[in-house]
Amino acid sequence: MDKGLQSEGNVNVQQMIEDKKRSKSLGEIIEKIIPWFLLLCAIVSVLTTAGILFTLLRESIGFFANVSIIDFYTGTDWSPWTGHYGVAPLIGGTLLITLIATLTAVPLGLMSAIFLSEYANDKARRVIKPILEVLAGIPTVVYGYFALTFITPMFQTFIPDLGIFNALSGGFVVGIMIIPMVASLSEDAMNSVPNALREGAYGLGATKFEVVFKVVLPAAFSGIVASIVLAISRAIGETMIVTIAAGATPNLTFNPTDSIQTMTAFIVQAATGDTTFGSTIYYSLYAVGMTLFVFTLVMNLIAQYISRRFREEY
Amino acid sequence: MNETIEQQKKTANVKIESKSTDKKQKNTEGRHVFEVEDLNLWYGSDQALYEVSMNVPEQQVTAIIGPSGCGKSTFLKTLNRMVEMVPIVKTSGDIKYRNQNIFGNNFQQEYLRTKVGMVFQKPNPFPKSVYDNVAYGPRIHGIKDKKTLDQIVEKSLKGAAIWDELKDRLDENAYGLSGGQQQRVCIARALAVEPDVILMDEPTSALDPISTAKVEELVQELKKKYSIIIVTHNMQQAARISDKTAFFLNGELVEFAETDDLFQNPRDKRTEDYITGRFG
Repeated sequence: MDKGLQSEGNVNVQQMIEDKKRSKSLGEIIEKIIPWFLLLCAIVSVLTTAGILFTLLRESIGFFANVSIIDFYTGTDWSPWTGHYGVAPLIGGTLLITLIATLTAVPLGLMSAIFLSEYANDKARRVIKPILEVLAGIPTVVYGYFALTFITPMFQTFIPDLGIFNALSGGFVVGIMIIPMVASLSEDAMNSVPNALREGAYGLGATKFEVVFKVVLPAAFSGIVASIVLAISRAIGETMIVTIAAGATPNLTFNPTDSIQTMTAFIVQAATGDTTFGSTIYYSLYAVGMTLFVFTLVMNLIAQYISRRFREEY
Repeated sequence: MNETIEQQKKTANVKIESKSTDKKQKNTEGRHVFEVEDLNLWYGSDQALYEVSMNVPEQQVTAIIGPSGCGKSTFLKTLNRMVEMVPIVKTSGDIKYRNQNIFGNNFQQEYLRTKVGMVFQKPNPFPKSVYDNVAYGPRIHGIKDKKTLDQIVEKSLKGAAIWDELKDRLDENAYGLSGGQQQRVCIARALAVEPDVILMDEPTSALDPISTAKVEELVQELKKKYSIIIVTHNMQQAARISDKTAFFLNGELVEFAETDDLFQNPRDKRTEDYITGRFG
């Protein structure tokens, strides 16, 4: 250790920098190219979004040439094979699934986040957090079968007249799928609340519960709401679980034990079936897809608005 | 219990006032808010405090000085048991707050902290309005009546000498205030639960000189009603504002005396070296 790194030779750093500078032609080119290369990569995703939006719009316009846009959004009967294109049952199905999923995921996710951020010791956190994150990595098709073959039979023991395909177990499992999103983003939000705030509250004689619910949660509110809205918008777009577990019956109902069909499930059904290219049903895919896109876009905008509006600065 | 404490306080008050001309006598006869005996403290296997014993006098300013890492903040946080927020902390020895053992099994931390308020090194107001900051303490202890809260907020802000500056800005987020104002809001927040003792952990180290002067002035005002223990790395500050000073070094209490005595006739060589600037 005491020998030093190298015996001190004649090292002239300034001289070496000079030398490097003189032979820098390649480095100079790289310096110039890199920003353009990075810009190109960024443009790819922008172009993709624009392309998807363009396709959706163009094909939707083709669809609305055949079916009146008013009938589409006000009709309550969705049976495209007999020529009825009222999208309300699909929207209703999507909203029902989203509602059940939200009611499942928000309490469970939020409570897990509070536990992990405020109550768990290091050991518990090291075990629970990775497991929770595994939940996010399970393929949705597996969730779908889990809903169909485990959750539905389980629910049937409590609700005897629950059908094999129903919104309840579909929505519940979608909720389980988005728990990690709520939990992990909310936990991040709570973790970033400075410890000084907790100490300030403890110093006034607050109990742990009062610190968590009257200081940490309000301070992390915007992050928590953003995580919930993002999770909801994920639930709106969820496809495989609802296709497998919630059925394919476009019902305008808010009874969770019924079989329903969501917008995404219809797109799967129509896109995998023997729908003729160029038929009205084929074009209806795009109109439904466009509607779905607007839904998730609005949710994302709301998330952005809320996280800006309600930010407690610290 | 509370009544007896109030009575004790009053009698103590009279005593201190009558003897205030003779500092030494006041020292021996005044009451103590804290009696610390043989306090040891470990962070894991590192010992941070060694056999600290001292009595903290009532309604005086007690300053704790010493170089960085000497255990002065740790000692301060032990007094309201905030130090236990670090899970690996172990202690031995006794601390009595007004004759109650604060490490006792049936002694509640939350009760202790309503009696022993704290002001931190960096102003740490909650990201809420000035009003909600000050009302936080009373609210968690069950005071909900709007009029009562209004009174408490006004009284506390006046107590922290910031009412005139902020009376028209009570709804503003406390984060929009200057550092010195934030620190005085934090002091008001601590006053709102009407504590008995106020711990201050280098309360002016993040403030500019003018704000520092205001806080120091405030401390002089506060000691009429509260017992104050202030950690500072600024020796001039300790000399200016405190009645008694404790000098900590490497986790030991080296010397604890009347501030004038400690600075003019330090008994320990290490104290002398420190206050004359030979190290630290």
